[in-house]
Amino acid sequence: MDKTVIQHPVAFKLNGADVTTHAWSGERLSETLRERLGQRDVKIGCSAGDCGACTVLVDGAPVCACLTATQQAQGLSVETLIGLVNNDRTAIRLTNTFQNKGAAQCGICTPGMIVTSVALLRENHAPTTKQVEEALGGVLCRCTGYRKIIDAVLEAAQDQDLIHEKYTGEVGSSIRRLDGLAKVNGCEKFSDDIAPPGTLTVRAVRSPFAHAAFSFGDLDAFVARTPGIEAVLTAADVPGKNCFGVIPNFADQPVFAETESRFRGEAVAAIVGDPDLMRTFDMASLPMEWTELPSVQTVSKAMATDAPLLHDGRAGNVMCGGFVKCGDADVALKRADFTVKGSFRSGFVEHAYIEPEAGYATFEDGKVEIHACTQAPVMDREAMEIILGWDPSKIRIIPTAVGGGFGSKLDISLQPLIALGAIKTGKPVRMTYSRTESMQSTTKRHPSEISLEIGATSDGRICGFDFYGTFNTGAYASWGPTVANRVPVHASGPYSISDYRAESKGIHTHCPPSGAFRGFGVPQSAIAQETLFDELAEKLGIDALEFRILNAIQDNESTVCGQVFTQGVGIKACLEALQTAWHRERANVEAFNNASVEAGSPTRLGVGVAAGWYGCGNTSLPNPSTIKAGIRIDGTVVLHQGAMDVGQGADTVIAQIFAQALGVPVSQLELVGADTDITPDAGKTSASRQTFVTGNAAKLSGQSMRRQILKRYNASEHATLTISAGEIEISDQNQNHTIDLRNMPVDSEGYVILSSETYDPPTKPLDENGQGEPYAQFGYAAHLVVVEVDTKLGSVKALRFTAAHDVGRAINPLLVEGQVQGGIAQGLGMALMEEYLPGRTENLHDYLIPTSGDIPSIDTIIIENPDIHGPYGAKGLGEHVLIPTAPAILNAIYDACSVRIRQVPATPNVLMSALKGK
Amino acid sequence: MGYNVPNSLTDALAFLAQSDVKIIAGGTDLVPSLGDQAAKVNLLDVSRLTELRTIRHDKTGWRIGAAARWTEVLKADLPTCFDGLKLAAREIGSRQIQNSGTVAGNLCNASPAADGVPPLLALNAQVELSSVNGVRMLPLADFITGVREIDLRGNEIVTAVFVPHHPQNAHGHFLKLGARKYLVISIAMVSSLVWKDSQQRIAGAHVAVGSCSAIALRLPGLEAALLGMTYDELAKDTRIWGEHLDVLSPISDIRGSGEFRLDVAQELCKRSVLASLKSIGFSNG
Repeated sequence: MDKTVIQHPVAFKLNGADVTTHAWSGERLSETLRERLGQRDVKIGCSAGDCGACTVLVDGAPVCACLTATQQAQGLSVETLIGLVNNDRTAIRLTNTFQNKGAAQCGICTPGMIVTSVALLRENHAPTTKQVEEALGGVLCRCTGYRKIIDAVLEAAQDQDLIHEKYTGEVGSSIRRLDGLAKVNGCEKFSDDIAPPGTLTVRAVRSPFAHAAFSFGDLDAFVARTPGIEAVLTAADVPGKNCFGVIPNFADQPVFAETESRFRGEAVAAIVGDPDLMRTFDMASLPMEWTELPSVQTVSKAMATDAPLLHDGRAGNVMCGGFVKCGDADVALKRADFTVKGSFRSGFVEHAYIEPEAGYATFEDGKVEIHACTQAPVMDREAMEIILGWDPSKIRIIPTAVGGGFGSKLDISLQPLIALGAIKTGKPVRMTYSRTESMQSTTKRHPSEISLEIGATSDGRICGFDFYGTFNTGAYASWGPTVANRVPVHASGPYSISDYRAESKGIHTHCPPSGAFRGFGVPQSAIAQETLFDELAEKLGIDALEFRILNAIQDNESTVCGQVFTQGVGIKACLEALQTAWHRERANVEAFNNASVEAGSPTRLGVGVAAGWYGCGNTSLPNPSTIKAGIRIDGTVVLHQGAMDVGQGADTVIAQIFAQALGVPVSQLELVGADTDITPDAGKTSASRQTFVTGNAAKLSGQSMRRQILKRYNASEHATLTISAGEIEISDQNQNHTIDLRNMPVDSEGYVILSSETYDPPTKPLDENGQGEPYAQFGYAAHLVVVEVDTKLGSVKALRFTAAHDVGRAINPLLVEGQVQGGIAQGLGMALMEEYLPGRTENLHDYLIPTSGDIPSIDTIIIENPDIHGPYGAKGLGEHVLIPTAPAILNAIYDACSVRIRQVPATPNVLMSALKGK
Repeated sequence: MGYNVPNSLTDALAFLAQSDVKIIAGGTDLVPSLGDQAAKVNLLDVSRLTELRTIRHDKTGWRIGAAARWTEVLKADLPTCFDGLKLAAREIGSRQIQNSGTVAGNLCNASPAADGVPPLLALNAQVELSSVNGVRMLPLADFITGVREIDLRGNEIVTAVFVPHHPQNAHGHFLKLGARKYLVISIAMVSSLVWKDSQQRIAGAHVAVGSCSAIALRLPGLEAALLGMTYDELAKDTRIWGEHLDVLSPISDIRGSGEFRLDVAQELCKRSVLASLKSIGFSNG
């Protein structure tokens, strides 16, 4: 048997070069590549073969590196994205087409996508769309909705020269992402790509029960007797307050639970140790005792009189509620000629970004630095100030690239754990959540139970609207209060309704905290409202789209909050933009179904529409953004862009706005990203506020800088600026002036000209009836979808979407399309397949998100109805994109097979049960 | 504990006979099961044994080497009775999984939802088990004994899957219902193998259902009832598909209820058998 044992080292070709490396028996190739060979372009999303992010080529065949033993590569060739980009013509073409098509948003799946595509194109030089879909079926993307990725692969297959035009990037132009190159060539540094190999590792000790009491044995003795363990962290190690929360009045979540855990997966301690030891460390060997306690995991159980209370002072487990009332809903419903009502439910939805939380922290000279993925760096620092009880000058948040957020990375997760680990050991530490840990412990979309009654008069006008919804907010508040507040404001949908009552309640349960997820409760309420609208239209005998157009809110009409917009209300235009497709598709569907009945086929088509609106920015609360920029002597224009780009494109959009306001090409800007020490607060990437709020700050900052320049020669507004090394040339009505930068005083940051401006949208508080001015602007959306229902299997396949969005002004239409398509993919997932069940779907094969074969072509119609408050008229978009999707699908299912589905996800089982009960 | 790569089957069997060993082929099940820890027993990597990689046939039937990857099955030039197996191969995980995962691995993992099992049951596959003591052949139905349980002795290794010849016009098919398009664990799946006589009537039918019992099962009652039927008769028949499902015992889980699984199984049986029939066409009869 000699010669048969692969001892250390293992030798193979890595990206064309011979490497030899150690690896323990059966070590994942992904681990070896990343931690032993520095190949951090191989991304890890699940370590279970469920996401494909770690795809590499072994002897030319794409495989999941996480499922491959390193020894299996012995003597073979292993290629990763970085190697391919350096050597392979197809890969280089793909890096270009991915950028041209906007196929990389956050970029975490991109290495897996491009590597897989290289293998496909080597084998098949002219693949069909279907073949590309199938080839990419094993790589999950949560941002793009896949269509742009598929387009990019198809374009790369075409044997023609790729043209990448030079651009100035003016507002309205579809330029490539400014941060796109690193996302396609493997160089982007995500949260797990920062820590050097060998860094001390932090692992959390998490509650195995939904509710449990626990106590520790002698932890000091445990550390002393366990070589390789540096420290155990518990609540006792928190120097400040062991409490955080994104909404100060509701802050209730401990960094480490103190005596009782309130949800399965809650951290109660963390162990810091040598990485090799921590990988194999048996967490059960920590001296501690658990006692499971009775738990309540549903709203109805949590509201029962004998239910255990999760938090003192929150009687009945009610966290808080929201309320909006105008007119008299009861009287109007009695007066109505027709009424419809229904009860609706939805479950937890997991964000399922492909990048699990990770981070790296250092502690030097009394200052802690946290490198982690986040949507809100300044909020992270504020939370850490309270947790540490330290001055903010001692805390620095340096965000890494973010591999998807969608709301969940607004809350801190591992930041305090790694900070405390670095502080206690005095050494750098790192932490990486496993997929299961990420799913168990981070926030989710709120499960909802909604009852709604809507009335209409025989002329088709809404007459009375009564909404009551409870939202399972889980163990801690997180963004639950925001959901409770937003839902009653938005539950009307974008319609003119004069008699309205909407009440919401957030209820605590022993479940993971529900927090922010694209739409903050509005997607749930839209399902109830938009599907009942279809029922009402049917009762009235009015076309479903015409019914919506008839009731659509318009300029100078009052919202249910009594807010009147004199301009910028674009829902009617969105709905009207669907009319052509609506009539065409209805005819198609009818013809198809007639033929299908004739042929005895179980397949039916259906077409559905739904609309949505969303107020951009915080609800009746300040949410300023600041944008700073400076010009250096060498003529570099530096933009401190603190709006976190989580894939949506803030780095590009904010830069385009700033460049336009200043009057220079966007290519001239040098971007400095979010960093709490050097870039001012641009607020959180949330609530569809960055293009609107930070965009305005960028515009003001660009204008201010331009004014400072023009003022020197009293040049007119129409002057053109040319900024070059050492000078700025002002060209104004045939007069030229030159500012010599070299003679100007330089500030501490190296700038000779500086501008910094802040924008905070104008809002007014809501009174006890929810009357006021919650938002300075809304954005509007309407989706149409055609679905195919298999009435014998209960399966639903979306065939095509038409999506109309009023974005006020599309700063970058390519990025707008990316948001729309990605939002639709998430809305489709929510409608048809996604439900997180604590303890049961804590991985990406039991929790399903759409694959490349589930998202059909999407025709995006961009409506530009400018808003007076928006930068160049722009409105927010990030959440609007998934609000109408699920109800449009449910309406299409009804159109196809005459069953009303009032719960999501409408899995095959759910739909079949409904069909059988018909 | 070592990672062992034998040079020959003889070496592999000798190694198996003398120590506690886990066999690794594609790695797609074994590697994640290690959970980021070094294997606690010796690993025996059989994926490089060329005698285990080949797909070949002789006058008794087809022999698919145990370590043949699913991609290799897909690319192999196989008769139409294997069409169901090829359709299943395309559904096993993703391209990435198909490039690593092996036929025998899918069987040895013994998941009730293993996509490879129903088509191989329909093909009357046998499993070839080798040890230093010799070779034994087991029908696939006897090899898988329960959820994640197989009849594999400590010193044995699966060396091949043997599929006997079927009539030249036998066509296989495979259908699976999942909650999304790709990379999905099935709610229910069916594989069928059908051939006809010169009168266009079914002369032989094998139907196997997966994900509806602890072990995927053939439906002997349905197979018997199908004999002598024509496509048109079956297309109109509303009773035959539901009358022979008693052998199934589907559980209710996150993917679907037991009742729903039976509904789906019934419909998939119908579609799969009809699709098999249709692909035979009329000229081959």
